[in-house]
Parts: sequence; C-alpha cells; structure tokens
Amino acid sequence: MILTAILAIILAAFIAPTLNRVLPALSHWLLALVPLSAAYWFAIQVPGVVAGVPVLESTSWAPSLGVALSFRLDGLSLLFALLICGIGAFILIYSGGYLRGHPREGRFHLFIMAFMAAMLGLVTADDLISLFVFWELTSITSFMLIGFNNEDARSRRSAIQALMVTGGGGMALLAGLVLLGMASGEWSLTAIAASGTDLRTHALYPVLLVLLLLAAFTKSAQVPFHFWLPNAMDAPTPVSAYLHSATMVKAGVYLLARLNPTLGGTEPWFWALTIAGGVTALWGSAMALRSTDLKKILAYTTLMALGVLVLLVGIGSDGAMKAFAGFLLAHALYKGALFMGAGSVDHGSGTRNVGELGGLWAKMPATGLFIAIAALSMAGLPPMLGFLGKELIYEDVFGGGQYVALAALLLANSSMVAAAGILFLKPFLGVPTKAAAGAHESGPALLAGPALLAGLSLLFGLWPALPQGLLAAAASAARGAPLELDLHLWHGLTPALGLSAVTVALGVGLYAGLTSARTLLAGVQRVTRIDHDKAWDCLLSLLDRLAGRVAGWLQDGLLHRYLAWIFSGILFLLGTTLAVRGGLVWPGISLEVEDALGGSLAVLMLGGTVGAIRAHSRMEAVLALAITGMSVALFFLLFSAPDVGITQLMVETLSAIILVLIMAKLPLLPPGSDRSHRVAIFHGFLAIGLGGVVSAILLAALDQPLALGLSRFFGDTSLLEAHGRNVVNVILVDFRGFDTLGEITVIATAGLGVFALLRARMGKSKGRKA
Amino acid sequence: MMESLILRTGVRLLLPLMLLFSIFILWRGHNEPGGGFVGGLICAVGFALHAIAFGVKAMRDMLRIDPRTILGTGLLVGITPGFLGALSDEPYMTAQWLGALGTPVLFDIGVYLVVVGAILAMVQTLMAEGED
Repeated sequence: MILTAILAIILAAFIAPTLNRVLPALSHWLLALVPLSAAYWFAIQVPGVVAGVPVLESTSWAPSLGVALSFRLDGLSLLFALLICGIGAFILIYSGGYLRGHPREGRFHLFIMAFMAAMLGLVTADDLISLFVFWELTSITSFMLIGFNNEDARSRRSAIQALMVTGGGGMALLAGLVLLGMASGEWSLTAIAASGTDLRTHALYPVLLVLLLLAAFTKSAQVPFHFWLPNAMDAPTPVSAYLHSATMVKAGVYLLARLNPTLGGTEPWFWALTIAGGVTALWGSAMALRSTDLKKILAYTTLMALGVLVLLVGIGSDGAMKAFAGFLLAHALYKGALFMGAGSVDHGSGTRNVGELGGLWAKMPATGLFIAIAALSMAGLPPMLGFLGKELIYEDVFGGGQYVALAALLLANSSMVAAAGILFLKPFLGVPTKAAAGAHESGPALLAGPALLAGLSLLFGLWPALPQGLLAAAASAARGAPLELDLHLWHGLTPALGLSAVTVALGVGLYAGLTSARTLLAGVQRVTRIDHDKAWDCLLSLLDRLAGRVAGWLQDGLLHRYLAWIFSGILFLLGTTLAVRGGLVWPGISLEVEDALGGSLAVLMLGGTVGAIRAHSRMEAVLALAITGMSVALFFLLFSAPDVGITQLMVETLSAIILVLIMAKLPLLPPGSDRSHRVAIFHGFLAIGLGGVVSAILLAALDQPLALGLSRFFGDTSLLEAHGRNVVNVILVDFRGFDTLGEITVIATAGLGVFALLRARMGKSKGRKA
Repeated sequence: MMESLILRTGVRLLLPLMLLFSIFILWRGHNEPGGGFVGGLICAVGFALHAIAFGVKAMRDMLRIDPRTILGTGLLVGITPGFLGALSDEPYMTAQWLGALGTPVLFDIGVYLVVVGAILAMVQTLMAEGED
C-alpha cells in the first residue's frame, strides 16, 4: 500500500501538465486529492502503529543483488509521511493559486509531486539501497524546483549549488550505507536493528559515521554546509514552504534519528551532533535577526530549527527524543504556515521586504490572523504547539544538566521570539506604507494551507492528547525503545516554565533593541569575516582550473595522442595484472594448422594487417583493415559461430561506410606530417605490446579447462524456459536482457551524441560565415 | 553522393531485399542465427548505401521518419514490455509469453529500432555536414 501511494503520486505527477492544460482552474484542487487520500490512508494506520505494530511490505526489485523495494512504517516514518502528504496536498492547492496563469504551472506540479513521491519513499524505505535511491531523487527534484525560474541566473546558480552540496552528501551516503551493510551484514534497517551486532565497537564505525554525518549535515544544512539553504529561497514560495521547511531539509535529521538506535550514544556521535547543531542554531538565529526579507528570515529560522533537532538527536536521551518529536511537528506546522503566509503577503502587496511593509492588518486580515497564530507558535508562547515543543526541550536539557547547550538554546529561542515579532508586528500592525495601500487579500487557494497549518498549531496546543500517541511512537522509534509521552499545556511551576519566561523576556528585549542588536551582529560578522558563499565560488573556480589543466594536458586535440593514452593505460593495467597474477603460461596445444581454410584465412588477416601498416593514405589503411575484419568474420562462420560472424560482417561494412564518410571531411595531410619518426616508433612498440598482452591473455584462457556448466545450462533451459532454440539470441534478449538494455541505451546515447556534436559544430561554422 | 549508375541501380534492387532480409533475420533470430541487433545493422546498411547513392535528402524523404524518432521508439519498445512482469508480481524484465509472441520478441524489436535509429542518425548527420 505504501508503494501504491508512491506510485499513485508519481502517476498523478505525470498527468499534471496535461490536466493543467485541460482544466487550468481546477487542476491543482484535483491533484491535491491524491496526496490527501494518501494522507488519509496513513492516518488510519496511526492506531496500529501507536500500538507498536509497524506496517511492513516488500517487493523484490533486483533479487540477484539482494536489493528489495521494502518499506516499513513505524512512528517516525508515519509522522513524516503524514507531514509530507498532508502539507503536500495544501502546497499543491497553494501553488495553483500562487502560479495562476504561469506558462509552466503544469510542469511545476509535475516537479513538486515527483519530489513528494521521492520524499515519501525516503522516509518509509527500509532497504538501504532504496533509501539511497529515494534520497538522490529528492536532491534531483529539488534541483528542478529551486531552478524553476530558469531564466534567472541567480536561481540557476542556487539550484546548482544546492544540487552539488546535497549531491556530494548523497555520494557520502552511498559509501556510508554500503559500509553499514558490510559492517552489519544486513541490508535492511529493520534487520540491522534486530541483528544485535554492536556497530559502535566495529572497526568500520568511525569511517561510516563520518560518511553518514556528512550526508545528513549537507542535506539538513548544518554549519559549515548551511550556505545553500538561504540561497535556495530563490525558488517559488510553495517550494520554500514545502522543501525547505517541512520536508527535504528534514531528511538529514530523519536519517540521524533513524540511525540513532544503532549508531548513536557514542562520544563522537554526541560531540559531532551537539556542536554542529548548536552552532547552526546560533548562526541561524543571528542571521535571522539581521535579515529584512521575509523569506530569508524564515530560511534562517529554519536553520535554527534544524540545528536544534540535530542537537536533540545528539543528546539522544529519552527526554531528548520526546522533545525531538514534539518540536519536529510544531516546527513543520508553524513554518509551513509562515512561508505560505509570507508568499501571500508578497502576492498581495508586491514586496517581501519588512522595511516596505506596514499596516497590512486592515487589508489582509485573514493572512494576518494565520501569520499571527503561526508566529506565536514559533515564539513558543502558550497555548500553541510550539510552546509544548519548547517546554519539552527545556525540561530535558535542564534536567540532563547540559548547561552550554541550554545557554545556546535559550539564545536561539529568544531570537525566535524576536523574529516572530519582526514577521508579524511591523508588517501588520505598523504604520501603513505605500506597499500596503495597494495590497489585497488572497483567494481561498492561497489561504487554505496557512489556515489549516496555523489551525493545527493551535488545536494541538489546546488539545495535546490528539498528537500525543503518534509523537510518542515517533520518539520511541528514534530512541529504539518504547517511550511514554504525557503532554499538558500546564505542568505547574517547573524550571522549564521559568526558562520560557526568561526566553520571552530576552526575546522582547531583543526586538525592542533590534537596531543595536543588528549593529552588534554586523560587527561580529565583520570580525569573523566568513563568507561561505564566496568560499564556495572560490572552490568551484579552483576545481574548474584544475580540470582545465588536466584536460589540456591529456586531451590536446590530436586523435593519435588520445589513443596513445588510452592504449598505454590498457597496456599498463592488463600487463601488470598479468605479470603480478602469474598469468603468463604456454598452453598445451599444438600449433599445427589442421584446416587448410583456416590457415589461409590467417594468412589473409596477416596480409591485411601488414597492408594497413604500410599504407600510404588513410583510405588504403581503412581498406586493408577491412580485409582483416572480413577474414575474422569468415573465421567465426567457419568455427560455427554464425551469429557472431554475421554481426562482425555487418559491423565491418558499417565501419567502412562511416570511416569513408569521415575521411572525406578530414583535411589532407602529407604522409607522416602529423607524427614524427620517434612517435611512430613509440606507437609501434605500443601496438606490439598491446597485441602481445591480449595474445597472452588468450593463451592463458586456452590453458584453462573449458567450463561447460553455463553452456549446458543455457542449452537445457533455452527452449524450455525461454521458448527459443538460438541460445545466443535467447541470452541476449532474455537471460541477460538487462545487459542488452544497458547496451542499447549506450548505442542510443552514442547516436544522439554524434548528432548533437556535429550539429553544434555546424551551427558554429554557419555562425562564423554569417 | 556518388553519381554512379552501377551503385544506384544496385541499391535500387538491393534495398527492398535488404529490408525484407533484415526483418526476416529479426524474426527468425529466436530459433536460428539472427536477431534484432544484426537485423538492425542490415537495415541500417541498406539505408546508408541508399544515402551514398542518392544523397542524404533522398534517403530522408524515403524514410519519412526522423531517425531520432526511430531511436526513441526503439528505447520505449525495449523498456516498456519489461513492466508486464509486474502484473504477476515478478521482477522487472521477467519474460511473459502468449503463444509465439513474448516480451523478449518485443524487446528484440526494440533493439532493432535502436540500432537502425542510432546508425542512421550518425550517417545522416555525417553526410549532411558535407553537403552544405
């Protein structure tokens, strides 16, 4: 059923562009029904999962590799799946309103639903390889979404930056997961958790930990990989609301929580996560106060939230995991509402700059109300869910005695109070500005999402028993042990309440002294002088220059040099392998020529080769080589390999045709002018060496007794199981059909490549003439 | 283009035979020597010879379809039948048979089309570059 949900969303994604063309005003409402029904299915799984029975399903994918498309729905996965499908449905409706009339609206729906399917797969995947595939799919689809405004150079740069950072992390993830599989001997998360192998003391633990942390930190934008997230705000607002608050950036956090029971609890885990999380939280909140663009403020507060989540996983105690689940839900709800609200403000007033906004309350009361509720939740004030989340955090960190972390959290949370003030107070209640004069309230499509998410923030705050079970199940899954969770708005006079009061007081102070706080932060930044964005550009240009150097050295435009490099490489690799493995043997075969026809063909082959070496023009060489090739084809026919023989014949004919076509275009050079005498001698040695090595390999192969097992298998099963008597062809299209599929893809790519390269050259030469 | 009467007359006679032969080779490939790859090569050689004898424009007029379309169709025909196995809950590309017609035969037709499309796309561009 999980796979069905993913496939249904993919299918809907593919019909989205057509649907948008046919029913432009309705398509987003209709498309939203798909994730909504998926959300409904996930919702009815809640009681079972809360009772401790995860949903499992598995479809074989590549059984010979032991890779299965298996899914597992426990509390953590279910919480994420509900957020992805539930928020996703409203994001679809919202983007329909936001992009109304945009020429590529249908394509946008395609991308965002493809992303949704990938993300859903990522959080429910149980198999390590499936997990990696879905992880990469989210990186690729988010690249398309960030670069959606592809006419804009900034968008393109941000998209490429996000792809390279998260894609680089994806490479680390693949290596880390493979090592995880090797260390535990299991390839599914359930089996790894159940196997009981102590991975923490395994020799590979440090390596795989570094790799997996690299993956999680890049995806979840932890310092020092955080710089791509604020840039990714160039994406249309629905993308920011969906990918960069509730879903994709949480994938790294999800991975950490998922692996916490098996890998967590060690010293390196604790320090890496708490330091990265704490620094990210502080950095994010400081930058949020400095920003004036609504979306940038939200982006930086998201950094803060991601930092806090990573910090909590790093602490990893029972209380920390409860706080993790609570804060995760609270943040997803209020941040989604705030992003969509900010988009609505942008849409209605034409600007997102806080300095230009003021007095919107009179014009956009509904947007204002939802932003106010969400901002209250972000500030962590009662009776919102954000308050409960923050209380849980304080309770655990204070109780655990991590005072440095506590101080960082206190500062970060008070900045959230101030940021909430920036988001709501001035734009809505401040003095009306010019932008506000022309503002208008948004339509139902733009308001449905913020209304629901803000409403849930309030409802869950007032009635915490509602999400309590699911949050406990999520916390248990991330802790690896059953946990109880008891949420109340009022716990009595606890230290956590006191800390909340301090947070609010500090936050109000920060908001009141915002101007001086900004100057202070600017001063701090001037001293530290770290501009990650510039550093990134430097790194890229260095890489470019290095690649240019290497390419210029290896590929200088002379074909015979390219070939010399390739052949030298092959000669080196094959020759050393042969020598090291002691493969040089003389097989016990006689060299007498038994067959007159075979002997004469061999002579013909030799003749062709000598002709090619002594040829005075290219055409002569091609023809002489064709003689050799044709003799080889006849050889195959003679020794009962007709399939190979016919193919060789055809390939020879085509090579001759294509070579003649190319020769006609090459400039005529006087013989010998393109190589010096010394180069020719080097080429001679290279050719003899390579030919010698290949012959040695063939002789070594002849020395082995012929293994008939495979031939017998194919001979026996070809007709019975594959309904064909031609074993060669049956192997090609059935037994090893997958290989052939790869090969025809290569042929297709080569054909299109030649087409594209030559066309590009023609276009250039035409341009030069004109 | 070669203004050779011998080549032109030869190609005119040979091309239909080569096309028929290529389809014959494709069809009998399952039980006798042959198959989609060889069949595709024969077909492509036929058209390439035609292009050499009569020029690339004449070849394209006769072909009517862009070689790249043939190529794409071939890939599609090669990839899609593999999903039929999913209906009976089997892995991708598990062969499904209905009498003499099975997914491997469809796959072979896909191989044939890809080979024809790719080679003709190359030949066509290589020759077109010389003409302008």
